[in-house]
Amino acid sequence: MTLVRGLRRHWVALAMLSPSIILVGIFVYGFIGWSLRVSVSEWQGLRPDFTFAGLDNFVALLSDRRFQIDMRNTVVFTTFFVVGAVGLGLLLAILIDRRVPGETFFRNVFLFPLAISLIVTGVAWRWLMNPGSGERLTGLNLLFDIFGLNALISAWHTSDPPWGIAFVALPAVWQMSGFTMALFLGGLRAIPDELKEAARVDGAGEFQVYRRIIIPLLRPALLSALIILGHLSLKVFDLIVALSGKDLRLDVPAIYMWTTTFDAHNYARGASIGIYLLLSVAILVVPYLLWSLRRETEL
Amino acid sequence: MTGRTRLLRILAPAIGLMLVVACTTTPPAGSPTPGATGVASPPATPVAGGEVEIFSWWTAGGEADGLNAMFGVFESEYPQYELVNAAVAGGAGTNARAVLATRLQQNDPPESWQGHAGQELIGTYVAADQLEPLNFLFEEEGWMDVMPEALIPQISHDGNIYSVPVNIHRANVMWFIPAKLTEWDVQAPTTWDEFLATAETLREAGVTPLAMGEQWTSLHLLETVLLGELGADGYAALWDGSSDWSSAEVTSALETFDQVLGYTNADSSTLSWDAAAQLVVDGEAAFTIMGDWAEGYFVSKDMDPGAGDFGWAPAPGSVGVFQWLSDSFVLPKGAGNREGALAWLRVAGSKAGQDAFNPVKGSIPARSDGDRSLYDAYLQSAMDDWARDDLAGSLTHGVVASDAWKSEIDTALGLFLGDRDVAAFQTALVDACASAGACGE
Repeated sequence: MTLVRGLRRHWVALAMLSPSIILVGIFVYGFIGWSLRVSVSEWQGLRPDFTFAGLDNFVALLSDRRFQIDMRNTVVFTTFFVVGAVGLGLLLAILIDRRVPGETFFRNVFLFPLAISLIVTGVAWRWLMNPGSGERLTGLNLLFDIFGLNALISAWHTSDPPWGIAFVALPAVWQMSGFTMALFLGGLRAIPDELKEAARVDGAGEFQVYRRIIIPLLRPALLSALIILGHLSLKVFDLIVALSGKDLRLDVPAIYMWTTTFDAHNYARGASIGIYLLLSVAILVVPYLLWSLRRETEL
Repeated sequence: MTGRTRLLRILAPAIGLMLVVACTTTPPAGSPTPGATGVASPPATPVAGGEVEIFSWWTAGGEADGLNAMFGVFESEYPQYELVNAAVAGGAGTNARAVLATRLQQNDPPESWQGHAGQELIGTYVAADQLEPLNFLFEEEGWMDVMPEALIPQISHDGNIYSVPVNIHRANVMWFIPAKLTEWDVQAPTTWDEFLATAETLREAGVTPLAMGEQWTSLHLLETVLLGELGADGYAALWDGSSDWSSAEVTSALETFDQVLGYTNADSSTLSWDAAAQLVVDGEAAFTIMGDWAEGYFVSKDMDPGAGDFGWAPAPGSVGVFQWLSDSFVLPKGAGNREGALAWLRVAGSKAGQDAFNPVKGSIPARSDGDRSLYDAYLQSAMDDWARDDLAGSLTHGVVASDAWKSEIDTALGLFLGDRDVAAFQTALVDACASAGACGE
């Protein structure tokens, strides 16, 4: 009875929400269900084949050499990317928070990379990180050579595995540290001045104020940053394709899914990789949702 | 209400919807080939007119110009049909093939589409029973007499021919600048052993022996090494299941490949095939092994093949063998306008159509009676070779292996480029053959 009464009272709200609900229902959850269906089938080639294969595709992927490289690359990339973006974002936010002159200018400049598509970033950094040597030095390597910093010249993202993928984190950090900076800046501005003043009165040095008061209070912002950066890095695709095409040493699950589905017509394996991607992102995002919902009701 | 109950109330319908879709959705209504009976019973009244939709990924450059030239021939010979150019750009065909797969699933095929003749078409579309055999057309038009005899079995399956080859490109070509070779006092090697010796000399002179590009160009190199080391017969046997990928000959060929890779440029993975060709033009590398579309690149740099500005030779070990690939058109089952599709195919296989398309595209006609005066010095020499050489199909360009098999080989190659473990590479190639169903247990 509560349902009917609720419906009658809130029918306007429901009517306005229903297009979104229907579209999300079909295009997100419906298609996830379809992927599940294909991932437990044996569909290879243009003719659908829904013979039930259970978890065979998933098990086969775990022992697939290419998928193992994908998982390793994802872990390395995520680590460098998240640590880099959070660290750089925090540093920038702290610097800007200290009311430097031209604060608005710097804030905007650091945020601009966010507006660029990852493909553009990938292409630009591909030129910068060009590993040509000797006669064909170019990009950053040429810059290092001109300034005599030859020790820094490297093969960048064509370095031997697993470090090549760590260099891919460089353009990703460049792009996303503005975002983490904005998150932390908001968090910093929300810290009441009285806390900092009280700490200083008690004899804390600047560094200790940061370490004991400010950074612990940034934990919610840090958590948001970790979640968002984490799920972005799990799905990374266009940056790596723009940087290096289909070079297998920099392969990630999303690229494997694309080539196995559209080049090899192996829809069952592509769908299984997709489900793995979904699960890995869900493990990250669902606990966060649980935690934030609980916080809302507590507050 | 606790957070958990609230979360459950939100998640439950979502999960429920997912499961409902997963468990109850049936495959698209109707089989992908409702026109299975359409082969034997063409429309009662032949449609003389209507739309003819031609699907390809030729959206730029010489390819688009060639296609338009062929459209011109079609429009003059069959003015009653309205030609629709359904080309899809992007991804070197990946986007187009995805769009095509969707249309075929909906039983809405175009009148004809472009594809590489051989297993790329057969392994994908014939396997899904989506193409009509064209033997009757080949006999009607007399193509059996003008196309090389050795070509026909390679574009057929179980005796049925499935596509009309329009052009021929050669894969096993080695390009160099003759003036530079004289300067370095070397000659174009004719076997891979000679190549390794020449490469050592070149490296000592500070020149990169072989310019290579991104991964697919390594696959291209691999197929020429396999051909050069195994010979035309040994190479062909790899693809029809009569030879063993785990044999000692293959091991030795793969080891040669490993050694050849050692003489390539270190930054190959960041170069496209034309950037690698540019290394040869600039004198930084001596040779590059690439299909003869590279000739178009050299010509675009204002180099004249007739004047000896650039030179070519068969890839080491494959003198007298033409490793071919071909763009071709097919006849789908259930095509809306079957007479129009057949008219297009007649043009595609005709002397007029091929002589309109090929000079612009930079390839040679599949027919042996092309008008030589329309083609430049390199293409004329290629036409001579096409008429008399043994034929071997290209791997990289879809002749000898289906898309799925080629993708497995490509993955194996990618892993090899990372760890250079020949034994693991050979095992992976054996597995690839087995998973493609071509090597029986």
